[in-house]
Amino acid sequence: MAGTERHYVSTTNACKLCKPIGACLAFRGIEGAVPFLHGSQGCATYMRRYIISHFREPMDIASSALSEKHAVFGGGPNLKQGLKNVITKYGAGIIGIATTCLTETIGDDVPGIIREFCQEEKDLFSNDTGPLLVNASTPSYSGTHMEGFHEAVKAMVGQVATRNGAAEDVNLLPGFVSPADIRYLKEILEDFKVSGTVLPDISETLDGQALLDYEKIPSGGTPISGIKTMGSARATIEFGRTLMGEHTAGELLSTRHGVFLSQVGVPIGIRESDEFFSAMETISDKKIHQKHEQERGRLIDAYVDAHKYIFGKRAIVFGEEDLVVGLTSLLSEIGVIPVLCASGGKSGHFGECVKAVTKGITDAPIVRDGADFFDIASEAKSLKPDLLVGHSKGYSLSRKLNIPLIRVGFPIHDRIGAQRILHVGYRGAQSLLDRIVNAVIERKQDVSPVGYTYV
Amino acid sequence: MSDKRIMNAPAIALDDFVEGVVDVYPAKAAKKRRKHIVVRDPAEKQRIEANERTIPGIISQRGCCYAGCKGVVIGPIGDMVHIVHGPVGCSYYSWLSRRNLFRPRADGQNYMQYCFTTDMEEKDIIFGGEKKLKAAIQEAYDIFKPKAISVLATCPVGLIGDDINSVSKEMSEKLGIQIIPFSCEGYKGVSQSAGHHIANNNLFKFVIGQDDIEQKEHTINILGEYNTGGDTWEIERVLNRCGINVLSVFTGDGSYSEMRQSHMADVNLLMCHRSVNYIADMMETKFGIPWIKVNFIGIKSMAKSLKKIARFYDDPKLTERVEKVIEEEVAKAEEGIARYIPRLKGKTVILFVGGSRAHHYQGLFRDLGMVPIVAGYEFAHRDDYEGREVLPDIKVIADNRNIEDLTVERDPERYNPRKDDETLKRLKEEEVIDTYHGMWEDMGRGTMAIDDVSHKELGMLIKKLKPDMVCSGIKDKYVIEKFGVPSKQLHNYDYSGPFAGFRGAVNFAKDLDMLIHNPVWKLTTPPWKKKPVLKADLTVST
Repeated sequence: MAGTERHYVSTTNACKLCKPIGACLAFRGIEGAVPFLHGSQGCATYMRRYIISHFREPMDIASSALSEKHAVFGGGPNLKQGLKNVITKYGAGIIGIATTCLTETIGDDVPGIIREFCQEEKDLFSNDTGPLLVNASTPSYSGTHMEGFHEAVKAMVGQVATRNGAAEDVNLLPGFVSPADIRYLKEILEDFKVSGTVLPDISETLDGQALLDYEKIPSGGTPISGIKTMGSARATIEFGRTLMGEHTAGELLSTRHGVFLSQVGVPIGIRESDEFFSAMETISDKKIHQKHEQERGRLIDAYVDAHKYIFGKRAIVFGEEDLVVGLTSLLSEIGVIPVLCASGGKSGHFGECVKAVTKGITDAPIVRDGADFFDIASEAKSLKPDLLVGHSKGYSLSRKLNIPLIRVGFPIHDRIGAQRILHVGYRGAQSLLDRIVNAVIERKQDVSPVGYTYV
Repeated sequence: MSDKRIMNAPAIALDDFVEGVVDVYPAKAAKKRRKHIVVRDPAEKQRIEANERTIPGIISQRGCCYAGCKGVVIGPIGDMVHIVHGPVGCSYYSWLSRRNLFRPRADGQNYMQYCFTTDMEEKDIIFGGEKKLKAAIQEAYDIFKPKAISVLATCPVGLIGDDINSVSKEMSEKLGIQIIPFSCEGYKGVSQSAGHHIANNNLFKFVIGQDDIEQKEHTINILGEYNTGGDTWEIERVLNRCGINVLSVFTGDGSYSEMRQSHMADVNLLMCHRSVNYIADMMETKFGIPWIKVNFIGIKSMAKSLKKIARFYDDPKLTERVEKVIEEEVAKAEEGIARYIPRLKGKTVILFVGGSRAHHYQGLFRDLGMVPIVAGYEFAHRDDYEGREVLPDIKVIADNRNIEDLTVERDPERYNPRKDDETLKRLKEEEVIDTYHGMWEDMGRGTMAIDDVSHKELGMLIKKLKPDMVCSGIKDKYVIEKFGVPSKQLHNYDYSGPFAGFRGAVNFAKDLDMLIHNPVWKLTTPPWKKKPVLKADLTVST
């Protein structure tokens, strides 16, 4: 491990969350869905409170609430009872069932229990609109919240998508981006005049309106009808460089249904966004809308304007692997030197992806996968960073180093508006650029003995 | 002694309503569920069911055993390293999320900002995690040199048979510091309550009574106070003014070193009955320390609690000082809340929180002229509602059978009754010590108590009762606000506080005013629509 004296066995101040929370987040982006955790009551409660503190929105997760007895004899009966209650009492159109370390350790056969349940409770499934049950295996001890997120998306595609439908659609698998990002991506699809299935779509479900009435299941989300026809789409665009070559939802659609797969990095910054827009042009067989071209032009203009404030500044970037890769790409484009890229994830592809987006533009930064904040802080000692880019858990380090933290990604629980942060596309790059540059200017102004009002 | 200001609830046909609430459950469950809802009639001896397993699939706000042990009781102890043995999530979710503030003592040890875990991976589940746990303990010791370490087990630990007791013992001998194992796997018990009990047991076994110091005059412990938003410090400020010294707090701003000395106190002041009553009982048996149930939330409750303490000491000088402090502090606090009262008066409140706050805050609302109409706990037991007099009637349910009840005996050397037998008997009769009548005594006729409220019930309550505000936690705050009803979090105080004590009451009044009179509530409907933007109910009821 480059840069540190010692690699620790334990994790101190983790830079990742557990697998089932990712699955719950993904399931929340399906229309009419209730995420359901097969495990002890606390998993649902803890994950809800965490997701809620970021989005400041209701987030319901049902639980099979296993007790010690069930941990010994199996959680099947509780799972069935829980599913029945969610179907009859919440009117779920689809239930996304994710496992936990408890039920994976005791080895509950969830697909088998679900099959039995459907047999035993035929009445609940007697019509076509009967609820769908989708299950994802998400043992908390294997992978991070991102693996859980992708697992749930893959489960949706694997268990729901068919080839029945019109071959006009485009599937967009954006990964874990913000509700604002999703809204913008949908706008882009519209501008290319393609109908698209964005899976998952948390743009409304996790950034809802004040309604004066509470919806037990929030409106919005990817329509199930859309997911059902994903196998007939003309192409799938899947975000995430670390996913390339892996068994992903996009890969599944390609191998099982022959849907053309275009994988691009999470489109953060100009080059990664160019890739995405080019892929859209190819797939839609249409030119980019003038609006986006203009946004790109303004972005270039802004990069030029900004250079004097940030060129040569040193940044530490942390968070989910694919998000960090995208942010690193953006930072290197605007002249900031990414000195350390860190993630709690361990996909095995992080280093090469960071290298790919920095190649020819800046020296390859130190890359730490499987890292925690203790590692990041140790590395930071010798790196003399000027800024941090990542989520709220970096605040302690930012305070210690007395450098700004530009908050992106998840979780953000010490600022308002996490759900409205735009990361992707030209518009996202514009917003990130402004925030990064202004944070640097603000710090410079704060510590200046003169107090310039003109910078 | 019940509060004279307790109003009977406004004329709501709660009985009909209760039937409506249970209608949302499957028939069998509804019958059971009905017993968790009581419309108060103080003339009757009423029973409420509590501490039973939540029905799978019915969304409630409950946590797990680990949450009660690590998240609530052990986590706030700031001068210990807490290592969570398990996959990464459990440690992450309890990482500073309860806002327990801690002030480092002279030794400078402070680990509040840290979140330590063994971060178990697949190979640890298959081959066992003991080796990793040992390594984690060693690393924590090497880096931080803490005076003590706790090891907290999450679900898989018990299932794969990792023996955290023997690992802790071995490492404790090797390193020469105390390492305390807590077998608080999430699936134990029915809620966080099981975790409180496990935490209490081991604090009692390993920490309390380990360090004999000189017994000082007028020295107390505060039990079940977690220093959310600085509550403990406001309570301490007032106690100190009265000439009462706080020896240790379980566990807000909690110090391991101070807890080791806690058996030298005169008396235990018990705030949250649910989470720490076990320690109060055990300390009384072993060391002869009685406990006083206090409620430091609200001006009148605080004053009343201070008077109780003075009655316990029965020392004219102290009593005089306490009276003087009360007079000054009450006057100041009343002046502080005066401007808010006209703006808050008569507003109705629903409270669903914790194992004590749904009771404690009722007095504070009355101080502000507000009317609590429904209250419920998430994870309380019957005695928290009905009072400790029902303890002999409570049957241990199967789910809780494996939570150990320690057998405690008098300490042969250190048992030291704080008063003579006759005085103790009198104090008990006068309900100064060892008495708690539960939430019941503060709930007037027609008000309602609901145990472990579900989302569904909460929604129905809001629609039918149209409260002016609902006090709850983060998990339902935004649900409540979607209904257009302001919600105040009483778990983490919406990142505000302190709310305890005299100054806290003023902070609370200010916060409520801000919340209820926020201009936004009048802007929700746009001029072109009388109805809300979207009113579709997507769910299909069957």
